[in-house]
Amino acid sequence: MSRAISTNLSPDGIQIERHWQELAGRRRAYSWLISICLLVAVAGSLWFANESNAGKFFDRLPHFFDFAGDLIPRDGREVWRALFDLPSPYFDGSLKYDYPEGRVYLFAGLYFPEYFYKMLETLNIAILSTLIGFIFGFLLCFLAARNLVKNRLVRWVVRRYMEILRAFPEIVIAGFFAAILSLGPIPAMFAVAIHTIGALGKLFFEVVENADMRADEGLRAVGANWFERVGFGIVPQVMPNFMSYALLRLEINVRASTIIGAVGGGGIGEELRLSIGRGHQAKTLAIVLLLLVTVIAVDQFSAWLRRRLVGNQAFAFGGKQS
Amino acid sequence: MNTISAAAIGDFESRYPMVFNPPAWKRLMPLMIGGGVVLYILYCWWFFSIGTVLAGGQWQRAELYARDWVSYAIRTTIRMTPAGTTVSYPRFSELGDNPNPDWVIRNGNDVTVLFGSAKSLDINGERVIATRNGESLTIMIEDDGVKPQGALPKWAMLKEDQVTVDFGFAGQADIIPERVVVSRRFLGWANFVFDTSSPFWNKSFSEVASLIVSGERIKPEMSNAALAFNNIWYNSSWQHGDVWTKLMQTIVMAFMGTLLASAVAFPLAFVAARNIMPNVFANQITKRFFDFLRSVDMLIWALFFTRAFGPGPLAGIAAIFFTDTGTLGKVYSETLENIDDRQREGVKSVGASPMNVQRYGVVPQVLPVFASQALYFWESNTRSATIIGAVGAGGIGLKLWEAMRTNTNWHNVAYMVVLILAVIFVFDTISNALRSRLMGKQQH
Repeated sequence: MSRAISTNLSPDGIQIERHWQELAGRRRAYSWLISICLLVAVAGSLWFANESNAGKFFDRLPHFFDFAGDLIPRDGREVWRALFDLPSPYFDGSLKYDYPEGRVYLFAGLYFPEYFYKMLETLNIAILSTLIGFIFGFLLCFLAARNLVKNRLVRWVVRRYMEILRAFPEIVIAGFFAAILSLGPIPAMFAVAIHTIGALGKLFFEVVENADMRADEGLRAVGANWFERVGFGIVPQVMPNFMSYALLRLEINVRASTIIGAVGGGGIGEELRLSIGRGHQAKTLAIVLLLLVTVIAVDQFSAWLRRRLVGNQAFAFGGKQS
Repeated sequence: MNTISAAAIGDFESRYPMVFNPPAWKRLMPLMIGGGVVLYILYCWWFFSIGTVLAGGQWQRAELYARDWVSYAIRTTIRMTPAGTTVSYPRFSELGDNPNPDWVIRNGNDVTVLFGSAKSLDINGERVIATRNGESLTIMIEDDGVKPQGALPKWAMLKEDQVTVDFGFAGQADIIPERVVVSRRFLGWANFVFDTSSPFWNKSFSEVASLIVSGERIKPEMSNAALAFNNIWYNSSWQHGDVWTKLMQTIVMAFMGTLLASAVAFPLAFVAARNIMPNVFANQITKRFFDFLRSVDMLIWALFFTRAFGPGPLAGIAAIFFTDTGTLGKVYSETLENIDDRQREGVKSVGASPMNVQRYGVVPQVLPVFASQALYFWESNTRSATIIGAVGAGGIGLKLWEAMRTNTNWHNVAYMVVLILAVIFVFDTISNALRSRLMGKQQH
């Protein structure tokens, strides 16, 4: 691959040229090596995924858009009936058209449509677990920050503890609590909350470590104790960032609690799984629309609030933390 | 000590009125937020009836289940018949077909079960003596029930016609007329390598090694090494083969999903970026497309693709691919909109074609950031792949969920959790190392 080195260069020039060619050659070799490794990994992965799948990729490819069929109701207005629990003209006693069954009555005559109620349940799981995660992450993060705790052991213990909370699969926490408390939204909340403590705790202590320590120095100079230093020196400057991360986490938790719901945590996720499994098109479409609107609304609200809290800094790098 | 005069204080106060005399709403703000949070928690308490659920929870089970993660119990039944005392084990005991554990000592009609040091149960035809740390309890077995003699110690319990003796972690025994049911608990995972049906079962490591290296073939059709591997892979209680295949599926789902997503998001992000594609219509269409992919939850995609491809990793790959094309596309296009324009201008000024302007003016700036973000998502998808697996999209999630729902296989759950944690840890480390190389130390 090496090009002939031009002879009309000075000896130094020849050396530089040779060195450059050597570097370029090595670089090219690395690129090739990485590309080949990646290619092998991709081919192997795809083959493996295809082999261990229930249906084979090319056999099932024509069915790729089958899900669209799951979303087409008998007539357009069925969606609104399903969404607002209005009686359906097609009602034949089956589960497919029994929309009014799920009404949650607040007073006689005034009801909450089933899916809105379930969505509220999922949202409450998300908000409550973010809140719990925020509170405990807040309490823990100062103990993990290098600039506040000089004791290495304390920092190490707190950091590993948060790491375990973060890495522990949510589904196992949910399953464990489901075995104790029976299936329902509370095990799901525990699972999401525990994960959130770890995730927020990590982000929080990184913020604390980047905090401006001059306020802390001032407080130390006037003899403030550790709690006063944290309370008056650190908290006011990190709070906007904390809030911003918590809001970001809320977006993730809305999705997480939907998924946990689908495996038995209740809420809208479970309804969706059942409805898709039973082939109830109108119900599925209603739930998908509701979820879509909710997720977009939560994302927009959180983005707006974050922009107000910390400005564009919140959008500089990475949209997703886990 | 220096003190400041009243005049100086007044001066400060007049200079910073917001600090010394904040308006009422600002002073009440923390109180209002705190009150709001408390109210919300109370509302959730009522909404989910948390109190009732927590009170109705079977918390004593938590300890039992947690114990099952790292230990196993062996059951044995000691029957007292007129013909003599017999010791029997369940059919699929962890101890194999002909158990003869050293914690059960038989001496004619007398059976002694040892529960570690200073704890034992001595059984013969008409009485049982339970000893725990010096205290002992004699239980007479009569035709009309079991009769404990003297006061019951704390660790024994009389319930209807049976006495339950608790030896703590080491186990417990139910003394019922005619039989004693013993559950003896040991720390560790039983038969983790070979199950009881394997010819290698209950052999020490050196015995197995010598069998594999130089022993005669146990089964004529395959070598001992192959047989050993086969026995491990198909271990009936731990299902190593299945667990590892499912784990591999989870890893593949995260890897392929993220890779495909970043491959598709990469060109689309150029279309979506305002400063690169001047066509506002194309920008908006692509951006809304990203928003759509992102906002339809990963769960919805997973459920739909499970319908399309059948349960398995293809559904998982497709779900991660669709969701993350949206998220990565959004992140990528935002990165592109924040690039330094001078490099592009430089390349443009020497007369490069539009393609080359992107290739040499834009890509070198953003590629490390793009790769770093893709790695970040890879890492986070390894976690989410576990959970979407539970709805049927392939991987270890479903297996984990099923093992938990049986309520008896917590040791299998522990095994899978350990594997998942190890995978997450390894990938975190790899991705962090690669990211810090790509981005330089200060970014990550």
